[in-house]
Amino acid sequence: MKYAAPTTIDEARTLLAGDAEAIVFAGATDVVPQMRAGRPEPSMVIDLKKIDRLMSVSLDGDTWQVGAAAPSSALTSNAAFAADFPGLTEAAGLIGSDQIQNRSSLGGNLCNASPAADSVPALVVNDAVAVIAGADGERRVPVADVVTGPGQTSLAHDEIVVCFELARPAGGTSDAYLRLIPRTEMDIAVVGAGVRITLDDSGNVSAASVALGAVAPTVVRVPAAEAALVGSSLDDAALATAAAAASDACNPIDDKRGTINYRRQVAGVLTRRAAGIAADRIRTRNGQNGAS
Amino acid sequence: MSRTHVNCEVNGDAVDFLTEDGESLLNALRDELGLIGAKEGCGTGDCGACSVIMDGRLQCACLIFAPEADGASITTCEGLASADELHPLQQCFLEGAALQCGICTPGFLIAAKALLDENPDPTETEVRYALAGNLCRCTGYDKIVRSVLEAAVQIRTPA
Repeated sequence: MKYAAPTTIDEARTLLAGDAEAIVFAGATDVVPQMRAGRPEPSMVIDLKKIDRLMSVSLDGDTWQVGAAAPSSALTSNAAFAADFPGLTEAAGLIGSDQIQNRSSLGGNLCNASPAADSVPALVVNDAVAVIAGADGERRVPVADVVTGPGQTSLAHDEIVVCFELARPAGGTSDAYLRLIPRTEMDIAVVGAGVRITLDDSGNVSAASVALGAVAPTVVRVPAAEAALVGSSLDDAALATAAAAASDACNPIDDKRGTINYRRQVAGVLTRRAAGIAADRIRTRNGQNGAS
Repeated sequence: MSRTHVNCEVNGDAVDFLTEDGESLLNALRDELGLIGAKEGCGTGDCGACSVIMDGRLQCACLIFAPEADGASITTCEGLASADELHPLQQCFLEGAALQCGICTPGFLIAAKALLDENPDPTETEVRYALAGNLCRCTGYDKIVRSVLEAAVQIRTPA
């Protein structure tokens, strides 16, 4: 197996295009365990961490550009980013220990295409766009359209996710991500729920996004839950309808971490709680703004 | 297998070694440089026994391909003590009986150092979260946590 560390996207793409058995990696937090578990060794591992654009996290006008290979710790330690996307920051910060946080990346979490990837529901509710470099230049794809099934993506072999574009949230908007695991730290989600809420001046929901992880082959967006929340004051009836819609949207597996029925029920509970947390964040921020 | 020449700094010393491209930094440290403090527990980034600080960031050396270390600065547990004095973390682990078989200890020491470098006055909760990526199968965690908290006090207020 060869190791390559290109410093430009073009160089990385050329290496990838020239070798059908080559793979790209950032933190290798999935690649190495998969090889250890017996997956065939690639002919070449292409390290993306020497490419500046893949490692940078920056605010360009009203759009955050998050390098696909930037470690989770670059997000959790970025106060401005965390203030704009507390839920996405939480999701990225839930992936593994500090040792893993310093290597794991949003690009890797997405392209590994685990149904239980924590950052993906949080990216989806924030309408994140993946910038993908390919033979014909760059294309922009909603994150929700990248993963097509467990371990499968819509990327061609010689395409690379370069970065994620995230529009700064409008006023009165915040997000939250919750996951259930059997212990308090470092486990794979049994269910994950990302919610983004926008409240109008009277405190009613004017926009909502709900996405669930680990309950279907890919992340599930839940329009029925979103519709139940919009126009409501997040009253119990609206939250109960949204929770039921989230449960209904699940198409989970039975495994040692959770049964189908358990996952369905938990998806509803987490959706409801995450909506409440996102709304509390908006109210707290508005309160702080009012006081200052 | 390709072999790559890697130049880096380990515990303050410039070193170089030849490695097969697919080799882990952990194996390169142990087999090429003779630094056998970092251990392989799981080999998949779960147990933290191979923890090193590379370019200021705590990482599992088993997940790092050895050629990634080219140009990097690495601290292993061998770099903690000065010529004739143990690092306060090492001394506190000894005095606090924070180890039994000792396999996990180098990883805990390095993870604790990474924490105290960033946060010299951590709460017990912060210590427990910071050490969550390090597994110990014999002593249990309480003595380890207490030893890290004691070392933090000693580092903040040198005798």
